[in-house]
Amino acid sequence: MSRLGTITRRGFLIAAAAIAGGVAVGYYYVRAPYPNPLEDDLDSGEATFNPYVKITADNAVTVIAPRAEMGQGVSTTLAALVAEELGVGLDDISVEHGPASYAYYNSAMLAEGGPFPLFDEGMIAQTMRGAMGAAGKVLGLQATGGSSSVRDGFERMRRAGAAARHMLTAAAANALGVSANELTIRGKSILHEVSGRSVTFGAVAAAAAEIDPPSQITLKEPGEWRLLGKPQPRVDMAAKVTGAPIFGIDVHLPEMLYGTVRMSPRFGARPIETDLSRAEAMPGVVAIVPIDTTYGHGFGVIAENTWAAFQAAAAIEVEWGPADYPADDAAIEAAFKQALASGAGDILRDDGDVDAAFADAPAERVIEADYAVPFLAHACMEPMNATARLSGGVLELWSPNQVPTLTRQLCADLAGVEIESVNVHTTHLGGGFGRRGEMGFSMYATLLARHADGRPVKVTWTREEDVAHDVYRPAARGRFRARLGEDGLPVALDMRIASPSIMASVLKRTFPSISPVGPDKSIVEGSFDQPYSIADYRVGAVETPLGIPVGFWRSVGNSYNGFFHECFLDEIATAAKLDPLAMRRTLMGEHPAALKVLDRLAEISNWSAPVPAGRAKGMAFTLSFGSWVAEAVEIAETGQGIRIDKVWIVADVGRALDPAIIEAQLVSGAVFGLSSAMNQEITFADGMTEQSNFHDFDAMRINQCPQFEIAILENYHRMGGVGEIATPPAVPALANAVFALTGKRVRRLPLSNAVEFV
Amino acid sequence: MRLTVNGNAVDIDADPDMPLLWALRDLAGIMGPKFGCGIAACGACTVLVDGMPTRSCSIPVGYVDGAVTTIEGLADGNTLDAVQQAWIDEQVPQCGYCQSGQIMSAYALLEENPEPADDDIDQAMAGNLCRCGTYPRIRAAIKRAAAVKSRAGA
Ligand code: FES
Ligand code: FES
Repeated sequence: MSRLGTITRRGFLIAAAAIAGGVAVGYYYVRAPYPNPLEDDLDSGEATFNPYVKITADNAVTVIAPRAEMGQGVSTTLAALVAEELGVGLDDISVEHGPASYAYYNSAMLAEGGPFPLFDEGMIAQTMRGAMGAAGKVLGLQATGGSSSVRDGFERMRRAGAAARHMLTAAAANALGVSANELTIRGKSILHEVSGRSVTFGAVAAAAAEIDPPSQITLKEPGEWRLLGKPQPRVDMAAKVTGAPIFGIDVHLPEMLYGTVRMSPRFGARPIETDLSRAEAMPGVVAIVPIDTTYGHGFGVIAENTWAAFQAAAAIEVEWGPADYPADDAAIEAAFKQALASGAGDILRDDGDVDAAFADAPAERVIEADYAVPFLAHACMEPMNATARLSGGVLELWSPNQVPTLTRQLCADLAGVEIESVNVHTTHLGGGFGRRGEMGFSMYATLLARHADGRPVKVTWTREEDVAHDVYRPAARGRFRARLGEDGLPVALDMRIASPSIMASVLKRTFPSISPVGPDKSIVEGSFDQPYSIADYRVGAVETPLGIPVGFWRSVGNSYNGFFHECFLDEIATAAKLDPLAMRRTLMGEHPAALKVLDRLAEISNWSAPVPAGRAKGMAFTLSFGSWVAEAVEIAETGQGIRIDKVWIVADVGRALDPAIIEAQLVSGAVFGLSSAMNQEITFADGMTEQSNFHDFDAMRINQCPQFEIAILENYHRMGGVGEIATPPAVPALANAVFALTGKRVRRLPLSNAVEFV
Repeated sequence: MRLTVNGNAVDIDADPDMPLLWALRDLAGIMGPKFGCGIAACGACTVLVDGMPTRSCSIPVGYVDGAVTTIEGLADGNTLDAVQQAWIDEQVPQCGYCQSGQIMSAYALLEENPEPADDDIDQAMAGNLCRCGTYPRIRAAIKRAAAVKSRAGA
């Protein structure tokens, strides 16, 4: 299919999603602002200037950072954007997530949703970015994901801070009877230096809020920044070292009941035969209610405490219906095999003429390989939970979630109330990684609240439920071939990748009436959009429906395409006897940002120095979420298994707003990827997940954690994301190191199937 | 039954089989210890029982006969313990969910071994999972706290 044809189909998919939102939000013109949600809920004497700033008469300044804080430091950096322009320090303000509101739409998240690589800045790509960003606004989609929060807030939140500063200064000028340009901001006061007189923000806040915001705002130049670009103490540290009750699971309300769920371990299956009598008779049990939703079927238990609820849930005697999907690993393998044989799929990259390149290729110049990755669970440290109270026609929902406006919409439907009668309180998230961009846990709490006589119910999943009912990182298979030229460099690369569509799975459980249209680019992201120049280069996505719920897992499709693409390139380098880093340098010669990343990696990892016997290094590169990232991993054979000793990460993020937070995220992303590469897999038998808890789905522990050395670069002209970018290259860098150490080319993850780690 | 938690007597009306974790969280309203796995595999629920780091999810409340210390009991009024302060100085937490357990394990380690080597840290902390991967900063914070404590003691 032609490039334009592909784009049109993709556009239709976005339009379909837009309709889904449009039905609920009504129609908004793209340019019209949403109303400020803070206006509905002001304390007396409190004033608000825009959706991001409110100030009380006694001078308490609150900044709204309307993205989920799940550890990525977003509340600190978003607050710093506002504080920078408002002219205050981070310790002058308190930071809140704020209500669910369309005003907090995320347009950056969708802007890169089109089928274009980052470096394609042609007219079609740019037009599509603009259109999709606008769709984010029309949808009023308040969401944390796609490593987009800071990119999305960068202009808007600095403008909000600057506008509030103008309004406060104008009001102070009136109050002091002087001209606004004689005033400066000092702490949370406005000072007239000449006379020494000052007023606090709080004293003029009410008057300032009546002043029209300026139509022209000039933002500070980066050279004038006091907070941005420098490490800031995170605003959530004190709470997090004292065990403060900030998470969803910590919600504690008067009269609260406790609950849990027991859902069918076969996805979408219903109970066939049930005996609740033993469970109902258990001490502390209040009620057991059926749950029937697009997320699954089963039972909710309401009890006097969580332990009683867990005990009763386990005591429910139930036989579940059969699986109507490939029920075990053999059936899944067969489905993949069939999919890969079915054709080239949706072609998202098609440079040159790949078929011609292979038609006359001499056999000794062609290499071929098949790759495989398993399903993965998110395993957030905080198991899924939410708390709901339905009383007087109002639904209050306390939910650690990444999608407040969608949560409000779906839970309103379930509770039978209007969305205006739903208040979503987004708590801190004990890990998100994409898992909490879902509505199921909030919906279950809402359903249980309907049976609680107006009392709040906190519904906590066991870890076993959490693992058995994840929306998994999809399994994927890849079939690759390359033709090497005279100099060993690849002249043709053909990649066919099969995986379930995340978009299709998400729509099925959220807006089942909408069917997805067009290819899902997440199947091949990390393979089709990489900055290598290879004359004949084709990447096809073969959608493979498997019926197992799949979702967004830190770095999404990049999490396995990084492995596919970069391990296969490593195989090419080995076959051609080329240094893998030098080979990539040649293939990415058109992209200065990529070259600088590779050069810095070579430097800090001392790449070209010989490695002592019993040790080895591997490297990989992935461009994802707008950032250019290369990693090298050094491993050692200890006799008891392989130890990962050191990881070097070089990331060009375009603009680094908080280097300390970025460093933490790069380490975090790499640990997340390495954990999966070493040991993790979710398998199925009889339609059910075989793993259940951390004993059989573990992650890296401190004794396995390597040393890290990080370099953050700012060469590329657009700002990139941070939270997910270190995950994709970590996996292949480790696998390539394992090859260098052992000579074993492991093409099926996890690596522990082939080698042992300490 | 009566527990001593952070120096206070706490009366709890619980099934003696209920894990200490749920008695603390649901019945006593002490939310510092977190629920992560329920099978002693993650360390999020770590408390001290007579100074010993204990997975509160896996000990029935009826078995507890000793003073319980949770993260709420580490600070002295508004002054954080040296371990907590080191956690802030090194900016350790990300999501923060595992950190009550990490801090309790680290505190117990330093009580027992004021100058832990890397291997000692590995041994004492391997039971505490962190999905956010804060391990390098945890290690740095333990060393910082050890240094601060030894200066204070010297
Ligand atoms: S909850 Fe106790 S060790 Fe995981
Ligand atoms: S900080 Fe998130 S699990 Fe440790």
